Amino acid sequence: MLKIAVIGGRETVMGFTALGLEAYPVADADEAKKVLRTLTRDREDVAIIYIEEGLAAQLSQEIDKFKDSPKPAIILIPGREGSLGLGLTALNQAVERAIGTNILENN
Amino acid sequence: MASTTIAPTRMMLKQLKGRLKTARRGHKLMKDKRDELMRQFLDVVKLNKSLRERVEQGLTEAFASLQVASAIMSPEMLEQALLYPRQSVELGMEFKNIMSVNVPQYSFKTKNNDPSEIYPYGFAQTSGELDDALSQMAKVFEDMLELAQVEKTMQLLAEEIEKTRRRVNALEYVMIPELETNIKYITMKLEENENSTKVRLLKVKEMVLQNAHNYK
Repeated sequence: MLKIAVIGGRETVMGFTALGLEAYPVADADEAKKVLRTLTRDREDVAIIYIEEGLAAQLSQEIDKFKDSPKPAIILIPGREGSLGLGLTALNQAVERAIGTNILENN
Repeated sequence: MASTTIAPTRMMLKQLKGRLKTARRGHKLMKDKRDELMRQFLDVVKLNKSLRERVEQGLTEAFASLQVASAIMSPEMLEQALLYPRQSVELGMEFKNIMSVNVPQYSFKTKNNDPSEIYPYGFAQTSGELDDALSQMAKVFEDMLELAQVEKTMQLLAEEIEKTRRRVNALEYVMIPELETNIKYITMKLEENENSTKVRLLKVKEMVLQNAHNYK
């Protein structure tokens, strides 16, 4: 069976442990990068990785690598300090990529 | 741009005409594929947007409750309470085919079906806010899973649309015009050859007649 992992600050991931997800608390972006690498390279059974926005902002290169492969899905979630709007940025990027221009900006 | 390496022969002409026909058909098919992909993509984008907003709001609320809980309880207690999860989630993944793009479909199964199993601690020593936070998270989790599915679908579709669009454009603006100019070049060259043959024949005939009859 496949697993779901959460990478984020200690307080962010704490709650997810109770739900039965695999939580990986990290202190900074470097550590997050290491965790992300081991998860994507060595673990075949991780299908979804939720990662805190603040960390993801510094790991965009690593994350973009998996945009075109069906597994794993790397999804940004807001951290404790609330949403930074990076998740919507990813959405806008995808729209721009597909259509060539961002048609959502106006609505 | 007629490339100079084309041999102006009938065989080549026939070959090129065949290729032009295929290219036209391919172009039409690709265009249809692109349009349908685009339609699906826009649906997915809308869904993704509303899901993301819901997830972000839900998580922010859950974190706020958690913050209150951590203010009331000591950090050690909080950590201890959440240390050993009783619940575990197993994820199933299947692939759905949207216009030849394989997109994941997740289904999840919790080990315990009892919803109260998300609380891995006794209620005596923990605050009620922690319970609130966890129940909110459990609620938002289903949306999170759907978000993962929808977002991945969106990314994969975006990639495919980009590819298809490029192919459509390459066919429309490069392949087809090139084939057309090549065909035109060959037809003109063949016509020219024909004309020169005709003229030569006329000339030869004249010469032969002149020799035979001394006829002017």
